[in-house]
Amino acid sequence: MSAVTTSELWARLRQTTPARIGLGRVGHALPLGEVLQFQLAHARARDAVHAALDVTALAAELEPTPVLQVESAAPDRATYLRRPDLGRRLSDRSAALLAQAGGRCDVVFVIGDGLSATGVQAGAARLLRACATELVGLQIGPVVIARQARVALGDPVGEALSARVCVMIIGERPGLSVPDSLGIYLTFGPRPGRSDAERNCISNIHGAGGLSPQEAAATLGWLLREALRRQLSGVDLKDDQAPSLLPPIQETNPQ
Amino acid sequence: MPFTCDLGGDRYTFPDLKAVLAAASPARSGDELAGLAATSATQRVAARSVLADLPLQVFLADALVPYEADEVTRLIIDSHDAAAFAPIAHLTVGSFRDWLLSEATGSAELAAAARGITPEMAAAVSKLMRAQDLIAVARKVGVVTAFRSTIGLAGRLSTRLQPNHPSDDPRGIAAAVLDGLLYGVGDAVIGINPATDSVPAATALIHMLDELRERYAIPTQTCVLTHVTNALTIMERGAPVDLVFQSIAGSEAANAGFGIDLAVLREAHAAALALGRGTIGRNVMYFETGQGSALSANAHHGVDQQTMEARAYGVARAFDPLLVNTVVGFIGPEYLYDAKQIIRAGLEDHFCGKLLGLPMGCDVCYTNHAEADQDDMDSLMTLLTVAGCNFLICVPGSDDVMLSYQSLSYHDALYLRSAMGVRAAPEFEAWLAETGIAAPDGTMRALADGASPFVRQIAENLS
Repeated sequence: MSAVTTSELWARLRQTTPARIGLGRVGHALPLGEVLQFQLAHARARDAVHAALDVTALAAELEPTPVLQVESAAPDRATYLRRPDLGRRLSDRSAALLAQAGGRCDVVFVIGDGLSATGVQAGAARLLRACATELVGLQIGPVVIARQARVALGDPVGEALSARVCVMIIGERPGLSVPDSLGIYLTFGPRPGRSDAERNCISNIHGAGGLSPQEAAATLGWLLREALRRQLSGVDLKDDQAPSLLPPIQETNPQ
Repeated sequence: MPFTCDLGGDRYTFPDLKAVLAAASPARSGDELAGLAATSATQRVAARSVLADLPLQVFLADALVPYEADEVTRLIIDSHDAAAFAPIAHLTVGSFRDWLLSEATGSAELAAAARGITPEMAAAVSKLMRAQDLIAVARKVGVVTAFRSTIGLAGRLSTRLQPNHPSDDPRGIAAAVLDGLLYGVGDAVIGINPATDSVPAATALIHMLDELRERYAIPTQTCVLTHVTNALTIMERGAPVDLVFQSIAGSEAANAGFGIDLAVLREAHAAALALGRGTIGRNVMYFETGQGSALSANAHHGVDQQTMEARAYGVARAFDPLLVNTVVGFIGPEYLYDAKQIIRAGLEDHFCGKLLGLPMGCDVCYTNHAEADQDDMDSLMTLLTVAGCNFLICVPGSDDVMLSYQSLSYHDALYLRSAMGVRAAPEFEAWLAETGIAAPDGTMRALADGASPFVRQIAENLS
């Protein structure tokens, strides 16, 4: 028999994967400590899904940037989860508000709660500030904070504000290991009816081994300049892009 | 043709056959999202009453998705076996339910009828069946397939070992495989969902899994769940592909959304058969499905999601697959809102697949935005094991760190073997005994507690 103990063996193997390996067992069941660890991770993910975005706090964090507050046609979280179509449309009040605001700009940023208000609350302002360094020379519209938002809610927002490009920063579907990941979706010529293939996505922006705000901002800057230059976004922008850029991931993002 | 039903002085009218089927379905969010669900609980029962009186023949005459417009419909109609259908041709959907439940209808009768039953008939009758009916009938159906292990024998439950890794790290994947083998998991397949879906990445993983399997002479099959067109390229280049995987759905348009058609599946099936890698069987295809996939591609033709799912099984059975599983809770709450809907869908999918003659398994799973937790998965896996499910998917600690959802754990396989007495595939069971992973009484040994030198050696080689 080798001198290496079983716990040392598993400790080494666990360095190779974040998966829950070598957990041991009690009878056929997981040890209680592991059960509770799992329940804690699930609870955090569930809380992230159901948390309400504190729009006032986020707007205060963004000062002095002007902010417009809107919500989708999904009146509450339960409806939002069942009806993705409503999460892609503006409420009547919000549509009227944006029509009144009007204007014209190169880029409009929308911050949407998506499936993790927790992630948006914690990281969206920092991500937006990181992006600002990439926007020199561009005309930027007001920042729109959207509740009960799906990715495509950026389409009617961008259209109402006559933006050439809409950049949606949104909370991704929480996993057990990361409940607060953000995604960025860029759409050239936003208007209702755009398909997911017409967007570019930068996903997995978080502090637990994901993309940093600076890395995400650098990729966004490249995409923005290319989208404006070539007057398009989506799959046709992918060919010669930065390698860190991931295609849209349907399973994890609140489309 | 409209259908009507009078219940307690009220008349309920359904404009066509697909409206009857949709309204008869147990409530689920996907049908509500599509605007197809029953508008009231009473209307749902009225639809079931209409459905019960319809002859099975109606599904041959009245295609829900037009024959001319859809190759899946053409496959279903053109491959329908009239001789197999003859013994049940006189039945209504309601009397078909009774026939299925009858003590006189056993495994032999069900197997003989399978090719005479269309996916629409299976879906229709499931809507008239309670959970226990779905379990009781599925239990009677035996579907046995083989490649290097034999899957689906009576009293057996196989498992897919799913060692996914967020960056496809080969050592991390191997460590998760070892952990699973120590729980006796992996006799259905060792199958990875690659994080990077490219030909070179998938090829590297295929070689890595094959070397691992060869080195330890594990009587199972491996699979990297990459797109079928990637698999074709990889096979052309001579890589050791055991099983060809593909996600499939119940309409031509939905399959187009997956980037496939029947022709490419036929091509891949032929290519995998030509490799001749199976030692004891020639089932070389692995399919995954899930309610809601057609709707999410807007390719459901106004048909309810459970019927569209059954049509995907119509696609699967044209390719004699080794494994088919519904990824039942993966799609999210807009299609299956909570555990009640997920559990019902899991039982329906298993029943419909088995009735059509498929080696049906299940990924018992949920996402973090669905109203479900591990207690619900415990219920569904127990129910499916009673129903005679061919295989279940297991991941380390229930946590898939690549796809970010929760499935069953390796531990759950031990629970099912112990609580329900179900055993692994015979070839794999023998290997577990030979290697000393299993004790002489068949129980799994923990690494800490007297595992054989063989197992220790694998672990130390890896670490």
